[in-house]
Amino acid sequence: MMKKGFKLSLLAVLGLVFVMGMVLIGCTDETADPVDDEPVEDQDNSTEDEPKDEPADNPPVEEKVFRASFASEPPSLDPGQATDTTSSTVLRGVFEGLTRVTPNGTELAGAESYEISDDYLTYTFTLRDHNWTNGDAVTAHDYEYAWKRVLNPEFAADYAYQLYYIKNAEAANTGEGSLDDVGVKALDDKTLEVTLENPTAYIMDLFAFTTYKPVNKKVVEANANWSNDAGELYVSNGPYKLDVWEHGNEVQLVKNEGYWDADTVQLDRIIYAVVEDEGTVLALYEDGELDWAGSPFSSLPTDALPVLKDQGLLTTQIRTGTYMYLFNVEKEPFNNKKIRQALSYAIHRQTIIDNVSQGEQIPAMGLVPANMELVKEPYFPDNNVEQAKQLFNEALAELGYASAEDLPPIVLSHNTSEGHQKIAQAVQEQWRQAFGIEVTLENAEWGVYLDQLDAGDFQIGRYGWIGDFNDPINFLEIFKEIGGNNKTNWHNEEYASLLDKSYSEGDVAVRTQLLKDAEAIFMDEMPVAPFYYYTFNYVYNPQIKDIFLDSLGNTDLKWAYVE
Amino acid sequence: MTRFLLRRLFFVLISLWVIISATFFLMKAVPGGPFSAEKKVPDEILKSLEAHYGLDKPLAVQYYDYLKSVVTWDLGPSFRYDAETVNQIINRTFKISLVLGLEALLLSIALGLFFGVMAALYHNKFQDYSSMVLAVIGMSVPSFILAVFLQYIFAIKFDIFPAGRFESPLHHVLPALSLAALPTAFIARLTRSNMLEVLQQDYIKTARAKGIKENAVMIKHAIRNAILPVVTYLGPLTAGILTGSFVVENIYGIPGLGTQFVQSITNRDYTVIMGTTVFYSIILVFMIFVVDMLYGVIDPRINITGDNAKGGNANEFQ
Repeated sequence: MMKKGFKLSLLAVLGLVFVMGMVLIGCTDETADPVDDEPVEDQDNSTEDEPKDEPADNPPVEEKVFRASFASEPPSLDPGQATDTTSSTVLRGVFEGLTRVTPNGTELAGAESYEISDDYLTYTFTLRDHNWTNGDAVTAHDYEYAWKRVLNPEFAADYAYQLYYIKNAEAANTGEGSLDDVGVKALDDKTLEVTLENPTAYIMDLFAFTTYKPVNKKVVEANANWSNDAGELYVSNGPYKLDVWEHGNEVQLVKNEGYWDADTVQLDRIIYAVVEDEGTVLALYEDGELDWAGSPFSSLPTDALPVLKDQGLLTTQIRTGTYMYLFNVEKEPFNNKKIRQALSYAIHRQTIIDNVSQGEQIPAMGLVPANMELVKEPYFPDNNVEQAKQLFNEALAELGYASAEDLPPIVLSHNTSEGHQKIAQAVQEQWRQAFGIEVTLENAEWGVYLDQLDAGDFQIGRYGWIGDFNDPINFLEIFKEIGGNNKTNWHNEEYASLLDKSYSEGDVAVRTQLLKDAEAIFMDEMPVAPFYYYTFNYVYNPQIKDIFLDSLGNTDLKWAYVE
Repeated sequence: MTRFLLRRLFFVLISLWVIISATFFLMKAVPGGPFSAEKKVPDEILKSLEAHYGLDKPLAVQYYDYLKSVVTWDLGPSFRYDAETVNQIINRTFKISLVLGLEALLLSIALGLFFGVMAALYHNKFQDYSSMVLAVIGMSVPSFILAVFLQYIFAIKFDIFPAGRFESPLHHVLPALSLAALPTAFIARLTRSNMLEVLQQDYIKTARAKGIKENAVMIKHAIRNAILPVVTYLGPLTAGILTGSFVVENIYGIPGLGTQFVQSITNRDYTVIMGTTVFYSIILVFMIFVVDMLYGVIDPRINITGDNAKGGNANEFQ
């Protein structure tokens, strides 16, 4: 009796599992359907299904779509909070700032005209007549509100410091000054006056930057969560509008018909899928589900680069960024300048690029990326082993070591990643051959590694810097003071004073010379060994034309079209 | 029984508390923070960020706040993703992982039972060997290799299924297969060995002797008894599939809880780390609890109440 009873209940349990499973699967199919209406394929179907409504000779109207992928969900689509490239790629599509970086250089966008005061400090912009997506006019008050919102310490924006070029912005943000004193003022609805702290040569580029975008004052003041989802509240003023934001999965933009320059915009829809794994991105591209694989939207697996290159599919483009090895100048033996020079000179960058990193990077023998053209010639030849050996021996003598074996153990640290590790192993071998020294490699997870760098708990450490804006100062400034981004503990009075002078120098030629002199000091002191200048490597659907990609990694799809 | 339930529930809560506390203190002990980046945020801004998220409070206060947030299941905002709270993230991603997990679960039960029964019925014949070869492959090939392999063959080479993402039912096939491979193999082997054992039992011989048709013998008497151990395996299997899907999710670009969990650790997204860990622990602990209960229901010989008075009666049910 009993036996039968429990057998039945057992079957019931099994049955229940099956039924529940079916119900759940059934549910998802239903919920999946409305989502499925969105993508391209279904759009095609619907036009094919209803040919009766259209004259037979009319070709079906196809949506012009561009599909790319991001490695992660955009962390924030509020221009005041965004700090990363993923978010700013989306934001560049949906927002319009005072200026926009175009293929022809930086041009006025949200502003129609501007005047500069004689001291290069005050900029007065007249705004173009254009509207937010909810129909409100974009006013100077929106800009003033947007910038002061970011500077408000309570708003806690990471990128508030991007606005520190504006007069009194830093004081207001650190709580020492008042927001009322910040140098941004709406004189009337159409006139915006911006006062700078110092004359800034590249300020027009900065005005195009994400943190400088306006937000709709009325909407944002009333709804703190306006930027959390696509929908009515998400009010923007750019070439595209945010249409779908399925968190963690997909972002879709559609053409903004109300954009002031809507005639230029040719794409109907942009779809950004969130796909973390590099191999999957390439698989999706090869499967025809993406139009772009690789930087700056996503990245390609290093192993695939040579193959794609051989097939002639890979496009490589220089990127404003420097991969480098930091020396901690407080740790013996790197307190000695000559040993830093020796190690840096001895690296054979080109072989490592050709055989290890394989991304067509450019050997870096200077801090400032070559495409900024601060100096024409590298500061030293690549793989300068002879001079390196000589310097190494001099350094040993200066430090009082009889031979290379007496040196303290040297550790090269990098964050955990196959790419960094392979490069470090190659360098380890090159140094062994050049000087007979045994360098130990150490790696740590990213967050842990950053902590080690900050704490000065390293001897030689991998580091990378991608330009924020197209000016050498962005690279030179890193090493002006100890702390912050300068983890090397290196400080040089002359270097710092040259940079200080450059801040207030209005004459472009004089300023360039000051920066050159500063870099020359830096490259002589060699607190870092520059390694290579980054490149972008990508494959894309050649039917999509005019995707604008500048050397900073900013992509702009305003001018893109499908052939 | 009630007393037993209450006692088990108490232990469940205690183990959850231990997990929660361990996660909290380990997370705080790990170097790096949610706001560390290659480009350093100025110290003043860092301070206001920390104040904004309550990280400037003493550790004890943070711990208390955290326990409170877990108890009320209001896990707060993500540090990294401004647009969503941790609750929203878990709700959104778990739905996806659950669907994928259940598909894999059903697939593995169906295929596993099929292969297992086949193998036993055709013991030492072609069907047996091929099933068991498949099972060995399924058990020994890690899911991430299988996932990439399936993706390459069926999506890129033959273009039958999409290479990734989770949109239409077609998108579900490859990830569900990759995830189901290991449990399928396990269930197949389990079923096979049980079937073989059951088929030797006297009651099967009796049934046959009584002239009952072979099909009826198999279905009514053999398979029913052979799948008992499979049922007990369902609990840990469900928990395993639900919590262990992150590799497959990553390879197919599926925005599930597993992907979220791994990312949150890289990002030091404290609230998401805690939320997902606690959520996973609840699933695991609850599943173990359910399995313990099920053992009692399925096999009355197992005495779950710890009450020895009833222990001696086991043979009655044999």
